[in-house]
Amino acid sequence: MWTDLVATPLFGITLTLVVYLLAQHFYRRVSSVWANPVLVSIVTIILLLKGSGVEYRDYARGGDIILFLLGPSVVALAVPLYQRREEIWKRKRPILIGVFAGSLISIVSACGLAWILGGSREIVLSLAPKSVTTPIAISIVEKIGGVAPLTAAIVVLTGCLGAVCGPEFCRRIGVTSPVATGLAVGTAAHGIGTARMFEVDRLSGAVAGLAIGLNGLMTTFLLPVLMVISGY
Amino acid sequence: MIRGLTLLLLFQLCGEFVSRVLDLPIPGNVLGMGLLLLGLLTNVVDIKWFEEAADILLSNMALFFVPAGVGVMVYGNLIASEWIPISVATVLSTFVVMAVTGKLAQKLETPEQDNVD
Repeated sequence: MWTDLVATPLFGITLTLVVYLLAQHFYRRVSSVWANPVLVSIVTIILLLKGSGVEYRDYARGGDIILFLLGPSVVALAVPLYQRREEIWKRKRPILIGVFAGSLISIVSACGLAWILGGSREIVLSLAPKSVTTPIAISIVEKIGGVAPLTAAIVVLTGCLGAVCGPEFCRRIGVTSPVATGLAVGTAAHGIGTARMFEVDRLSGAVAGLAIGLNGLMTTFLLPVLMVISGY
Repeated sequence: MIRGLTLLLLFQLCGEFVSRVLDLPIPGNVLGMGLLLLGLLTNVVDIKWFEEAADILLSNMALFFVPAGVGVMVYGNLIASEWIPISVATVLSTFVVMAVTGKLAQKLETPEQDNVD
């Protein structure tokens, strides 16, 4: 009976919501960036599934329904972008240059470090689109010959890291403007970082959302060029 | 809420359609965001139709990533096989990108703001 029940979408949806609400509650009480509700929920659910022997594909029946809402959420990023269009348009130059630099540095530093540390070709290529939103990262990595599931995992880890540390890190290095902060976290940590920025500041969130699209476009076109130049 | 969500899904569907027909490397939801922005800027659609649904979705966007993160568990072995280059490159590169983008954007932004103020 239990095995039948965990294979219904009800199980995955309820588990995700219960754990997320508890994680939010926990986050409010401990006030540490590492208690980030997304990170805590992911770790808790993985441990619960491993501990109880429930298969990931059973959880995913419900999980995928929650994940589906990410699609219309990405479309909805156009709304704050439109609402803050004047403030954003006024800063088009820093935004475009900032994302371009971030996109270039992301590819070069991720691949360069992995290569220096003796990573195999597959690993190096799978790391290239790590700061790009998952669907774009997957299509990029399939074209250049990396391992798509590995890229998906790296992209999520990058997003969690940027969401957890991004706002605090920016403040510590003296980046205080809401536009620059949103741009930094959105460029480095795509959607997960953007979701975090919306909790901090609406303008930062809007700019981070823009950075997802821009970084995706720039990486798509930059990466093949860099591969030709470096001869990798 | 339902009207807003329906319209958002329609834009996503249009984005998916364009992405597939033109065989673009850009996913349908990102194209959908571009199409909606275009629709708003050209007054084809009214921002009021979307505000409520967008607000609900965006303030809960973090939740929607949880199942994607749980998916990482399936690739645990793949990551474990070369975890040093993967983790070092991911962590350092993420901080470097934030520092470069944040610092550069703030530096370029400041003189423009002075003109405005």
